Amino acid sequence: MTGTYAHAAGFYAGDRPKIVTSRFEYADSHTLERYLATDGYKGLRAALSRSAADVHEEVKNATVLGRGGAGFPAGTKWGLMPQGNFPRYLVVNGDESEPGTYKDRLLMERDPHQLIEGCLIACYAAGLTRCFLYIRGEMATAQERVAAALNEAYAAGYVGRNILGSNFSVDIVLHWGAGAYVVGEETALIESLEGNRGMPRLKPPYFPAAIGLYGQPTIVNNVETLANLPWLARNGAEAYTAIGTKTSPGTRMVAVSGHVKRPGVYEIVNGTTTFRDLLYGDEFCQGIRNGNKLKAFVPGGGSAPWFLPDQLDLPFEASQVGPAGSMLGSGAIMVMDETTDIPHAALTLTRFYAHESCGKCTPCREGGTWLERILTRIVEGNGTDADLEQLIEVGTSICPGDFPHASSERLGLTAVPFPYKMTTICFVGPSAYAPVNSALTLFPEEFESRVTKRNRIPVTAVGGE
Amino acid sequence: MSRLTDTNVAIAHEIIARYPRPKSALIPLLHLSQEQNGYVTDDAMKHIAELVGVTPAEVLGTASFYEMFKFEPVGKYVINICGTMSCALMGSEELLHHAEHRLGVKAGGTTADGMFTIEHAECQAACTEAPCLQVNYRYRFRMTTQQLDVLIDDLAAGKLAEEIPPHGTLARVRQHIPADRSVGAVPPEAPGQEPVWMNGKAAL
Repeated sequence: MTGTYAHAAGFYAGDRPKIVTSRFEYADSHTLERYLATDGYKGLRAALSRSAADVHEEVKNATVLGRGGAGFPAGTKWGLMPQGNFPRYLVVNGDESEPGTYKDRLLMERDPHQLIEGCLIACYAAGLTRCFLYIRGEMATAQERVAAALNEAYAAGYVGRNILGSNFSVDIVLHWGAGAYVVGEETALIESLEGNRGMPRLKPPYFPAAIGLYGQPTIVNNVETLANLPWLARNGAEAYTAIGTKTSPGTRMVAVSGHVKRPGVYEIVNGTTTFRDLLYGDEFCQGIRNGNKLKAFVPGGGSAPWFLPDQLDLPFEASQVGPAGSMLGSGAIMVMDETTDIPHAALTLTRFYAHESCGKCTPCREGGTWLERILTRIVEGNGTDADLEQLIEVGTSICPGDFPHASSERLGLTAVPFPYKMTTICFVGPSAYAPVNSALTLFPEEFESRVTKRNRIPVTAVGGE
Repeated sequence: MSRLTDTNVAIAHEIIARYPRPKSALIPLLHLSQEQNGYVTDDAMKHIAELVGVTPAEVLGTASFYEMFKFEPVGKYVINICGTMSCALMGSEELLHHAEHRLGVKAGGTTADGMFTIEHAECQAACTEAPCLQVNYRYRFRMTTQQLDVLIDDLAAGKLAEEIPPHGTLARVRQHIPADRSVGAVPPEAPGQEPVWMNGKAAL
C-alpha cells in the first residue's frame, strides 16, 4: 500500500495512555475544528489563568524529559536562562533527521495545533518573547499543515497579540530548513536560523539558554517535548507522573522499523515498557518477520550502539540502558533479523554520518569518510585484515578510549557503559563510528570471514639467516 | 530573468519582516527563488543579497551548505530514494538500481528530456514504511520496483500534477501573520524588558 497515511493502523491500537497521539485516529486531526472539539487550547486557558512561575513549576515537577535525544528535563532547561536579559527566544527543533526516527513529523502533520499550544505554554511559562518553529526542509506536508494551522490560530486569536484577550503576546514564526542533518544539533540549528551554514558552535557555553539566537537567551525544545505540554497543563503534574516511572514519567513515541512484522510509531509508557514488549508484543510489532530470529537492534536512533537479544528485557529507562552500553536517544529502534549482512548494515549508517558531517571538526570530516571508504571496501570483498585495525584506529581518533558496547553471552563480553569520550564538538563524528564499533565488537566473525588475510613477510627474512 | 518576480519580492519582504535580523530569512528566500525557477540561479542569489543586506558571496556561502538547493537545472521531478539503514534493510538498493536502469542515468543524474533527476538520499523520516522515496519531497511508502515503474509512468503522463508540483515548490500554504495580530520583530540589540505577563499577575 502506498500513500501518505497508509501506515496509521498501529498507532492507536490498544488502550494504552495516549498523551500526544490522542487525535491521530481522526482524519481531520490537523484542523482547528477537530482540535477544539477534543480539548484543544484548554491547556493554554488553564495555564493563562495561573501565574507564569506556577506553570513553570508544574512543568518542573512533572519532569518532562527532552525527547530530542539527550533527555534533559524541559523545566530545568528553562530555568537556566540568566535573569533580566530580554528578548528571549523559543526555537522549536523540528529538524528531525536521526536515522530510524520519526515522531516529530507525525506530530506536526497530524496534530499541528497541539504543537502550537505547547509552544504558547512554554513561552508563557518561561517568559519567551518570540517563537521560531524550525521544520526540516524535506517535510513539505508538515510545513503545509503547520502553516495552515498557524494561519487558523492567528485568525482565531490563539497566537499573536493579547492571546485570548490576556496580556500574553507572542508570535510564532514558521521557519524551514534545506537539508542538513547536523542542523538538528541545537547550536547548529541556531546558526541555520541566523541564516548561516548550519555548523555547531564551539562549547562552552554548553546551553544556548545563556547565549543563543542572536546572542540572546534561547530555549531549544524538541517538537515531542512541547507536544506534551497541553495535556500536562490540562491534567497537572500529578496525573503526568502517575504514568511511567519516577525518573522517566509520561509516555514517549518510538518508531520501530526494519525486520519486524508490524513496524510502526507507537506511543508507549515510559520507563516500564521493555524492548521485548515492543518488538514481540501483540499490540506493538508482533515479532520478527517470517518467524525469523532476532540478530541485533539499534535501540535509540542511528547514533546508538547496538543491542543484542541479550538486552531485550531492558526497559525504556535511561538509567538502565546507559550502563548496558547504549542510549535511548530519539526513540527509534531498527531491527535486524538473522538474514542481515552486518558489515553492510553498518555501512548504511556510517555512510549517512560521513555524508552529513558539516566539516568543522577534522576527526569527523576526515574520519567519517575514511570509515565509510574502508567499510565499503570490506563489504565489496576487497578488504584486508589491516583494514579492520584501521577502522579501530580511525574510530579511536574520534572517540578515544573504550567505546560503549553491549554485553554478549555468546562472546563472553561485558558491557562498556555509555557515554563515550569525543574529540569533536557534536555527536555526528562519534555517530559515524558507533555502528562500526558495534558491528566489529558484536559480530567479529562476519568481518574476519570477509577480509583477505595478509601475512607480511619482513624484508630481512628474504634469503634467511 | 531569474531575479525574483514582483509578487515574490512582496512575499520576500513579508518573510524578512518576521525576523529580528534580516539574514535569518536567507533559507526561506532561497526556497522562494527555487520555487520560481526550479533551481537557485546566480541572479536570484544577487537579488536575495540586495533584499537581505548581505553580499552575494554570503548568500552562496549559506546556500551551498544545504543539499536541497540546486545550482544547476534539475529534472521537473527529483526522485530521492532513501539508502539509510531501515530502507536498506528492506531493499532500497534494488529500488535505486531499478530506477537507474529504467531512466538510464546514475544517481545524481538528470534524464535528457529534463523530466527526472534521481538521487541517493539519506534518511527521510519514514523508516517504518521502508523502502520509501520522495518525489519533490512528497512521500511514497513501501515501494516495489513495479510501483516505481507505475510512478514514473504516471509522472511522465502528467497524472500526478495536482499532487506533486514541479521541483522547487515545498509547502503550498504560506504562513500569513495579520498586521493587527502581529507582535512584530524587534532587533535583539534593543534593550528588552521583562514581558508584562511575568510580573506575577495572572494573564487571564
